[in-house]
Amino acid sequence: MFSILTSFLHSSIVQGIPLLYGATGEILTEKSGHLNLGIPGIMYVGGISGIVGGYLYEHFCEKPVALLCILIPLVCSLLGSGLMALIYCFLTVTLRANQNVTGLALTTFGTGIGNFLGGSLLSFFGESGSISLLTIGKWYKAYPAFADKLGGFGEVFFSYGFLAYLAVIIALCAQYFLTKTRAGLNLRAVGENPATADAAGINVSKYKYWSTIIGGMVAGLGGLYFVMDYTGGTWTNNGFGDRGWLAIAIVIFALWKPARAIWCAFVFGGLYICAVLIPGLTSAAKEVIKMAPYIVTVLVLVLSSVRNRRENQPPAHLGLNYFREDR
Amino acid sequence: MSEAKDNSTQKLHEPLLHIVKRAGISRPKAWLIRLLAILLALVLNALIIYWLTGLNPIAVYKTMIDGSFSTKRKFWVLLQNTAMLLCIALAVTPAFKMRFWNLGAEGQVLIGALSSGALMFYIGDKLPSGVLILLMLVCALISGIIWAGIPALFKARFGTNETLFTLMMNYVAIQLVNTMIAVWVPSGSGVLGIMNSKTNTGWLPTIFGQKYAINIIVVAVLTVFMFIYLKYSKHGYEIAVVGESENTARYIGINVRKVVIRTAALSGCIAGLAGFLLMAGSAHTVSSTIAGGNGFTAVLVSWLAKFNPFVMVLTSALIEFLQKGAGEIAQAFRLSNDIADIATGIILFFIIGSEFFINYRVIFRHKAHKEGK
Repeated sequence: MFSILTSFLHSSIVQGIPLLYGATGEILTEKSGHLNLGIPGIMYVGGISGIVGGYLYEHFCEKPVALLCILIPLVCSLLGSGLMALIYCFLTVTLRANQNVTGLALTTFGTGIGNFLGGSLLSFFGESGSISLLTIGKWYKAYPAFADKLGGFGEVFFSYGFLAYLAVIIALCAQYFLTKTRAGLNLRAVGENPATADAAGINVSKYKYWSTIIGGMVAGLGGLYFVMDYTGGTWTNNGFGDRGWLAIAIVIFALWKPARAIWCAFVFGGLYICAVLIPGLTSAAKEVIKMAPYIVTVLVLVLSSVRNRRENQPPAHLGLNYFREDR
Repeated sequence: MSEAKDNSTQKLHEPLLHIVKRAGISRPKAWLIRLLAILLALVLNALIIYWLTGLNPIAVYKTMIDGSFSTKRKFWVLLQNTAMLLCIALAVTPAFKMRFWNLGAEGQVLIGALSSGALMFYIGDKLPSGVLILLMLVCALISGIIWAGIPALFKARFGTNETLFTLMMNYVAIQLVNTMIAVWVPSGSGVLGIMNSKTNTGWLPTIFGQKYAINIIVVAVLTVFMFIYLKYSKHGYEIAVVGESENTARYIGINVRKVVIRTAALSGCIAGLAGFLLMAGSAHTVSSTIAGGNGFTAVLVSWLAKFNPFVMVLTSALIEFLQKGAGEIAQAFRLSNDIADIATGIILFFIIGSEFFINYRVIFRHKAHKEGK
């Protein structure tokens, strides 16, 4: 019984990590007043850029070194998702394009890039089959040896690759940044009321750019975690599924607080996986359980708007672009 | 970049670029800008295709045209797909014009298809086809209204964020469809197959020898209706005012809550109709991918056309043409089909970006000086 519980907790956390990355990234973005619906696409690109980087390294290097095995995909992933986020914020911040439309286009584009490169990368090099970067995947999955000796406790707390811990650390840092630093306060001011922030001498465009790009990079790491750690260095087209949208749901569920997003992501991960883990369910019941995260999100959204407590609201200018000369 | 402002330096710093909102732009000029954007995007796409594959871009574009026009059947499929996309775009348009971001069209279409599919499944063989079709239509419309109406009620009453709410409703609908399929298909394959393929009850009849003709006609009528509704009816006027400024609307005595709920319901209703057309008119089956992401693409179609139903015919045809063409390219040159999404994405970015040059004017530093004198 105990081992079932620990393995359930373990899989919930594994499922929750990509969601946590996505949610933290989206929270940072939304705090600047930009609803980035391109996050699912960005996460795909984060994943595939890591794969491409890793593949090229394995392909052209005789003896892969552990450190580079980790660093190259990591840097490629950050670059890829950062570029995607740059497209988004150039269009929405500088060119003041509609955020929903830009975000949806970005998701189409990003998913396309992911699946296209994932499907044809090998054929560019005259190989066939499907991508599997097992050496790199092994390094991403590596965890300290003592975890196995600690039994269930070790399984729940110490049996993940480094990216899992990084996700939690980034979320905590984001929480600290948003609530305890001057720059975080400025960022929130930009999201609540850019005109006031502008009048107070805050460089609105700069804050919007940085938060969108860093947010995108963080979300992209979720894609990287998925392809490198979760699947162990392999790519399946559309394998990432609807996790990107689930990450956006978590943002609401966590009421725009990164620290809350940590446990929210694990709960959602648990809901995502429990349909598979509970034995003896009919397939219909499984589908109903998969509906739960979305229903819960809707309820949270409704309740927080009905209770109307100020600290639980979305940023006031979420979805609206800022043009200084507008009244 | 554009709004560089410098508080630290004491001397007056003038930014290199200065952005001003245009008072207005002539229609031909606006279309010229858009056309230029599309051309630029096509050039960029050609470069990318060349870089990735080494193929001659012109040959690739020729193949693309073949994808839609080489056979009569392909052309009809293009028309049908355009009609469906257009129908969903028409659904989201009134809501968008009111600045109600209905991103839930995907779910509303699914739920419309699901409820009419349920009728086909449970009482498909007990009623004459005509009655069944009518019942299916009513059910699809009502379920679409409910699916869009719930977020609208909360938006109107409590100010709940409708973008996020409708977005989440999509996934509730997707899971509902998966659940029902699991219930209906005991084998657990998760694929419902075409319903009533022997008796054809609940199928829209074939006219002019074309299976999709009715769908296309219905959507054409709807396009004209929506144009008139938005431009010349009192409802359309109210939608426009609420969209521009809720305070103004309240001031001139428009019941904003009522307009919000009514318009969202209309939006869901038309999306439900699209679900019905898919069910009765073309697919005759339901699955979680039956709307195929069109609920999201429709957002782009509607916005690119600046909410004008007639322009939407063009934009939806353009997007479907691109998808078909890229599919053909993928097949002909043995590329992955997903290149379609990349190409579409790039074209969309350019069109989205071009709107800036229609709405704003960029003034360079020295030029601004001259104007100042």
